[in-house]
Amino acid sequence: MTTPAASAWSRAAAALRRSARLQLLAFAAVLVAAQLLTRAGGKEFLLTQLTMAGYYTLVVLGLSLLMGHAGQISIGHAGFFAIGGYASAFLTTLDLSASRRLPVVALLERLHLLVARKDLYGGEALGVEPWAAFLVAVGLTALVAVAIGVPVLRLKGHYLAMATLAFGTIVGSVVVGTQRLGAADGISGVPPFEVLPGLRVMGGAAGRVANYYVAWGLVALAMLLLLNLIRSRTGRALRALHGAEEAAAAMGVDVARLKLQVFVLSAMIAGVAGAFLTHFNGGIGPSEASILKSVRYVAIVAVGGMGSLWGTLATSAVLSFLSLRGTFGSHDDAVFGVILVAVMLLAPDGILSADLRALWRRIAPAPRSREETPR
Amino acid sequence: MTSGLLLQYVVAGLTYGAIYAVVGIGFNIIYNATGIINFAQGEFAMLGGMIAWTLHHLVPLPLAVAGAVLGTMVVGALVEMTFIRWLYKPSVLRMIVITIGVSILIREAALAAWGESVRALPYFTGSEVSAIELLGARISPQVLWTLSTGAVIVGFLVVFFEYTRVGREMRACAQNRDAAALCGLPVRNLVTLSFVLSAGIGALAGCVVSPITYTSYGVGAGLAIKGFTVAILGGLGNSLAAVAAGLVVGLLESFSVVFLPTAFKDTVSLTILLAILVLRPAGLFGSREAARLKAF
Repeated sequence: MTTPAASAWSRAAAALRRSARLQLLAFAAVLVAAQLLTRAGGKEFLLTQLTMAGYYTLVVLGLSLLMGHAGQISIGHAGFFAIGGYASAFLTTLDLSASRRLPVVALLERLHLLVARKDLYGGEALGVEPWAAFLVAVGLTALVAVAIGVPVLRLKGHYLAMATLAFGTIVGSVVVGTQRLGAADGISGVPPFEVLPGLRVMGGAAGRVANYYVAWGLVALAMLLLLNLIRSRTGRALRALHGAEEAAAAMGVDVARLKLQVFVLSAMIAGVAGAFLTHFNGGIGPSEASILKSVRYVAIVAVGGMGSLWGTLATSAVLSFLSLRGTFGSHDDAVFGVILVAVMLLAPDGILSADLRALWRRIAPAPRSREETPR
Repeated sequence: MTSGLLLQYVVAGLTYGAIYAVVGIGFNIIYNATGIINFAQGEFAMLGGMIAWTLHHLVPLPLAVAGAVLGTMVVGALVEMTFIRWLYKPSVLRMIVITIGVSILIREAALAAWGESVRALPYFTGSEVSAIELLGARISPQVLWTLSTGAVIVGFLVVFFEYTRVGREMRACAQNRDAAALCGLPVRNLVTLSFVLSAGIGALAGCVVSPITYTSYGVGAGLAIKGFTVAILGGLGNSLAAVAAGLVVGLLESFSVVFLPTAFKDTVSLTILLAILVLRPAGLFGSREAARLKAF
């Protein structure tokens, strides 16, 4: 009973499932449609939160690769986000104008790695050029990820979870305890980041549309990278690693190296997101480094379906946007907690994969035998 | 450093160490029964302090503390029955995420119930200024309460697991769950009991330490990480070693203030945690001998 229209529809759906290029095209169409909708509805201010949601989505995508594909949990990704963000903020808000006489400083200024800007009081301040700061920030994130990853990724299960949690907590308390990083106030007054000539990552109504596309363009870029990665030889090795680490190792997969690469990649993505969002917001505070943020990222990955990149992207876009709009009010963290627990209890493979019939059977179970006690 | 000051640091370290040890033992009890690390462990101590604070407005202190312990035990049972009991062979990742979610739920519920402000129970005997002179150090009576409560909890658990029928059944369940079930032990109920027990001792610890450290809705996470550090340091599942490990961590933290700014006090135990996880995941006492001692 298939009508021609229905079969064309199902053929299109099948093609979409197969081709990453088509998926990205569809994604681009959705992005443009969303932007045009906000314009048509006269609600362009919504783009600000959408932009921020884009950067958080970036973090979550990297984490989805790590958790869903490599099977390694990290409850410390806010730490990497914060390292990227704080490094950018610290370097670009430096004032070296007093040490201009030092040869190093003079050289750096000649190389345009240091740029002058107006400070709060109208004077001149000499800080690191945002692109240079960005590269240093991402490099630093990668370095820390390697330093943490090498020892910690040997651990499994609870141990890995606690170790990454400890890392995240350490970053959080160092940030709060360090005067040079603004302690509890964080760093503000971060200058705009001129990504390309004329294209500035910064807040304010003027660059709203451009910034929306910068953020979601980065998400699309990450998506392209990750989709290709998981369809490659590396991706198959990752799935083998997730399924059975010993078997993967026996088949010649360099397990330790692979885990580390994925860990560092996902940390760097978080660092990039941190740096961009810091420039967009014009500052960063210690709440970005908090454990609750890390838990929130894990929650979004869990809800999106571990390893389903598109599911994670959609979940993150919706939940981050609603949260940033203040939809959940003061119950923000509670909402994420409830979502996290409910999804993990009822649909551990993600909300899109919820099998409602099986769910019903579990809620109203037939009498079970005793051997089935959970372990 | 004078001997008096030295002693002061030692006593402070032992006080915190005793609390960490009790929280660490709480981890171990549940871990032994289920193989789960309960990330919501610290919230039990927080709930203990908070419930006791509320009850103290209505009834005398000993009753309030008893009520808080009982109330938290009920919460522990509810957590197990709602979130854990009916899962069929959950993966480790799933259990981690669920218990983290539960800890957020308890914390947010506490925020809704008690608000953001910091509470403290009154001193059990004396007041904040009363002190006992000992070798030049001034020791608050509450410190003695804390230390002795820690000792009583440990003593109670030793007796419970060695000499009572239920305690021995729990150990059987910890050793080999399937065999225990085959012998007719009510394995599921024993798991619930492990949550109840763990919640109870956590709450009691949370009560005795409340006058010294104060309680607010957010203290659970920090305590959980410290308790886990202690449990790992002693070797997961080995509770007598956790007592020693607790005192070690408490002392290290206390003396770190001499060398580091106070803001970094928490990073000390976290660094210990990372180092132990990486260098000796079986714990300091993780040897065959310790495995033999793995009573509770």
